[in-house]
Amino acid sequence: MKSTAAAPSRTGPGTPGEADRSALTIVRRPQYGRWAANAVLALLAIGIIASAVLNPNFQWDIVLKYLTNRTILSGLWVTIELTVIAMSLAIALGVLLALLTLSGDAWLKTFAAAYIWLFRGTPLLVQLIFWFNISALYPEISIGIPGGPTLFSFSGNSITPFMAAAIGLTLHEAAYMSEIVRGGVLSVGHGQGEAGLAIGMTRLKAFRRITLPQALRAIVPATGNQVILMLKTTSLVSVIALPELLYSAQIIYARTFEIIPLLVVASLWYLFMCTLLSIGQHFLERRFGRGFQQPGGTI
Amino acid sequence: MQDIATTEQPPMVLAESVTKSFGSLKVLKGIDLEVGRGEVFCLIGPSGSGKSTFLRCVNHLEAIDSGWLSVDGDLVGYRREGNHLIELGGQEAASRRARIGMVFQHFNLFAHMTALKNVMEGPVTVRHMKKAAARELALELLASVGLADKADAYPSQLSGGQQQRVAIARAMAMEPKLLLFDEPTSALDPELVSEVLEVMRNLASGGMTMVVVTHEMAFARDVADRIVFMDQGVVVEQGTPSEVLNAPQEARTRAFLASVG
Repeated sequence: MKSTAAAPSRTGPGTPGEADRSALTIVRRPQYGRWAANAVLALLAIGIIASAVLNPNFQWDIVLKYLTNRTILSGLWVTIELTVIAMSLAIALGVLLALLTLSGDAWLKTFAAAYIWLFRGTPLLVQLIFWFNISALYPEISIGIPGGPTLFSFSGNSITPFMAAAIGLTLHEAAYMSEIVRGGVLSVGHGQGEAGLAIGMTRLKAFRRITLPQALRAIVPATGNQVILMLKTTSLVSVIALPELLYSAQIIYARTFEIIPLLVVASLWYLFMCTLLSIGQHFLERRFGRGFQQPGGTI
Repeated sequence: MQDIATTEQPPMVLAESVTKSFGSLKVLKGIDLEVGRGEVFCLIGPSGSGKSTFLRCVNHLEAIDSGWLSVDGDLVGYRREGNHLIELGGQEAASRRARIGMVFQHFNLFAHMTALKNVMEGPVTVRHMKKAAARELALELLASVGLADKADAYPSQLSGGQQQRVAIARAMAMEPKLLLFDEPTSALDPELVSEVLEVMRNLASGGMTMVVVTHEMAFARDVADRIVFMDQGVVVEQGTPSEVLNAPQEARTRAFLASVG
């Protein structure tokens, strides 16, 4: 029988006729599917790049000409300013809102929830136009003690497009940031802060030294996303005629009708800024991931 | 109990009629206990008996609802004004807690710090020691729990037993006058239990006052000066290990001891 003949092969390299079985060459299974996918995508990529380079309608010479145009660069600067200001303020406000949510006090929680409901639930575009037109609603904004001195007064008419943009972006973004911060803090086990208290830290110190640094591990990647999103969202303020990067490109092509090349100019700058931000995010994530690396794993 | 005040030193822990509820659930229904200096005090009992809650009340991680609870003569988390106990806030509450060490069931090592930094954290940020001195102290303490070679390891790189030994070193770095252990070996794999108990034995023989919530009956029998059996928020029985474990007076104690073998 066949089966009895096969049995002695278990005895190892000494089997007659198969002296050097251990030296056999191993042939890997061919991966036709993977090769095919690679080939298709490579062709696609070559096709797209070739069409972009060879298509004269892209007008690459004009792209190059406007890439460092003064109007474009000043627009880029407004975009950067808006991103930095709105994002910093939104993070601060978001942390505050997250603390309200985490406070355990029902009314503070309700207040934060109402804020998030309102600013996350209405379109940013509407909010931007609203702040730009705030003077129609409140011609004069002042804070003071009723019957006493006025501490702060501001005419609704004097609101500039930049202020409206910064306020609108900040208040909208803060709603998202508060949820990100809250999630990050909740991702740190309750026992961490408690262990801080147990060695004699105050609540504030335990939060600052123990809970927050670990929460940042979850907060940083999500915030990095938000910064990149914000960089591009600033283009929405073109509706209130603030000359940021996109609006600056629009100003030029309204005059010259070189629409496509100027949109490419703006896009190249957005891509460049996003690349820088992604690199920065990578290093921040590594910094706050300390102690959490999987041995030999992915991070 | 009123006449301890002047001549003698106060007991390390003194609890009188301590109660605590979570919502409508009464967890502690009037606990009276006294832990002497240098004593090793084991709290045993079924889960839900209130022993861990009592331990957390001792260093004011939980606020008591009524009663008197002092450590080394000082109220923890409160100050007395006439007939009122006024809850302390911020710095004052923290500094009274600083010299009561606590070791948790799940270690709670600071996950973003190395073992060395975990032990240094308290001395540097709470006791305001110089970094170099704190480092020396931390290395010394890590060596004393047998982990000198793990100083630069993060908690995620350590076994449960090693993490718990680092946690003990971290508590010791505050030079505590009292150490609280909340089921320190319950989250450990069986083969790692003995290395933690060994460190605790050494502390006990060094004269440290310890209150230990535990299910390790063998440890309680060997090391404890006194054992307290709690059930449903009351102290059912207390005494020396041989009294409580060998000749329990109460039916509930006997039933519990039979169930844990």
